[in-house]
Amino acid sequence: MKLSEKEVEIIEILEKDARIPMETLAKMVELTVEETEAIVKKLEETKVIVQYAALVDWRKVDGHEGVTAMIDVKVTPKRGVGFDEVAERIYRFPEVKSVYLMSGAYDLSVVIEGRSMSEVAQFVSEKLSTLDSVISTTTHFILKKYKHDGTVFDQGDQDRRIVVSP
Amino acid sequence: MRQQTKKSYVSETVSRLKPSGIRRFFDLASGMEGVISLGVGEPDFVTSWNIREASILSLEQGYTSYTANAGLLELRQEIAAYLMRKFHVEYNPETEILVTVGASQALDLAMRAIINPGDEVIVVEPCFVAYEPLVALAGGTPVLVETHGDDHFKLRPEQIEQVITDRTKALIICSPNNPTGTVLQKEELEAIGRIVKKYDLLVVADEIYAELTYDGTYTSVAAVDGMWERTILISGFSKGFAMTGWRLGFAAAPNEILQAMLKIHQYAMMCAPTMAQYGALEALRNGGQDVEYMRKSYRRRRNYFVQSLNEIGLYCHMPGGAFYAFPSIQSTGLTSEQFAERLLFEEKVAVVPGNVFGASGEGYIRCSYASSLEQLQEAIKRMKRFLERL
Ligand SMILES: Cc1ncc(COP(=O)(O)O)c(C=O)c1O
Repeated sequence: MKLSEKEVEIIEILEKDARIPMETLAKMVELTVEETEAIVKKLEETKVIVQYAALVDWRKVDGHEGVTAMIDVKVTPKRGVGFDEVAERIYRFPEVKSVYLMSGAYDLSVVIEGRSMSEVAQFVSEKLSTLDSVISTTTHFILKKYKHDGTVFDQGDQDRRIVVSP
Repeated sequence: MRQQTKKSYVSETVSRLKPSGIRRFFDLASGMEGVISLGVGEPDFVTSWNIREASILSLEQGYTSYTANAGLLELRQEIAAYLMRKFHVEYNPETEILVTVGASQALDLAMRAIINPGDEVIVVEPCFVAYEPLVALAGGTPVLVETHGDDHFKLRPEQIEQVITDRTKALIICSPNNPTGTVLQKEELEAIGRIVKKYDLLVVADEIYAELTYDGTYTSVAAVDGMWERTILISGFSKGFAMTGWRLGFAAAPNEILQAMLKIHQYAMMCAPTMAQYGALEALRNGGQDVEYMRKSYRRRRNYFVQSLNEIGLYCHMPGGAFYAFPSIQSTGLTSEQFAERLLFEEKVAVVPGNVFGASGEGYIRCSYASSLEQLQEAIKRMKRFLERL
């Protein structure tokens, strides 16, 4: 479907904030409220906008915190770059929370967070164990977190600018 | 024990500089809780991760020494390519580009490189607060030309001609402008260029906001016919690339002028910070998409904010660039300072009174829309309430 520039712009804005007031949205794209509403309606009817969903921090909801798994990964190091290259391929996945190079029985310790055990299992079987250098994986699910260091959900949002500047 | 002396050790030139009006507002606002600040002259984005990462990498790899005085040649080459690609102006990276500590330092160098004692430099107000002091510090005399709101703060060529004397050396043009957001169009620059050529002047073109224009095509002063030879083009990474704290800018100018600026720079600065230069290299190589993303985001916020200002009764022209709205507050009968102060104390919205940018800014306030949409919406709500109460 070929959409106009304004239509694409409306989608981009709604994709970030579906609850934006229609008046504000209309001003942002320099259309009237009626014109904007008509476009949104069209986008909904044509299922370009499929649904409006909320982004949730489940860790704040008792009993819905999601699951964390620590995975022991054995890999074959590559000449020249050692373990770094495969480590990088792994840590680039957004669901990977940390990657450590370990001494001992295995090489990399990978921490994954997912919504459910099956999501984590899927990641391991589809993404992790299919990497060329990965020889084997052993997955341990965390049952209870007594202490969890370093995960700050709201980081990055604070405004560090001085209040008035030229 | 300290001895009391009557004598001031501070130079007369510095004593004569007036304190910045921004400073006063900063002091008023910075102690308060719950303030929505529209007084900030910088992007609300944090520098893109790839740029930060490139700079971190340079540190990890031990690039911690000085660079060439003019800046990394690689970076100057990227700047030259960028200026060509974006603005269709050609500069030799070896001899005509200088990497500086912000556009601020480039402005300072430009003034010091061209001004003889008593030379006059035309400053167009309302404008960025540094121009007048920098001219004075370089031993020149700032000559003020006022632009006005009824004219959307456009500079008319006749206005320049009226103040030209045989001491006039240069003219500072800032487009897009801080604080008005006004962008000078090609034909307007051409008309100004004709006067500049007629009287054999230089233009110091502060194009730090050139990445942030929202309507039509942007023309650099240096791209205007016959102007390259008489332009010192000044820009940088602060605004377009959201890199204010990195303190990195650049100047591009014909060899003779650039070498004069470099002469001062090598004694006064040695070189711009190395780690920032590596970040800038990445910005120019791979930053285009992020700049476009930010530009779009400012544009939407501009549209929302300026229309809303007009709706609540503060007349505001649609600014073509930068991230400032400069609405008139004349309908309230208050001065800019009174308005800004009362708005701050009564509704906790910080704006900058227009008169700090020059006398013709009186009757206006500068509002930066480089704030989140939520904050802008809340600010409009508070300003509306404030206006209704007046
Ligand atoms: C018009 C103008 N020129 C120059 C500067 C200084 O920029 P930089 O951070 O590159 O020194 C600013 C910053 O506010 C500005 O608004």
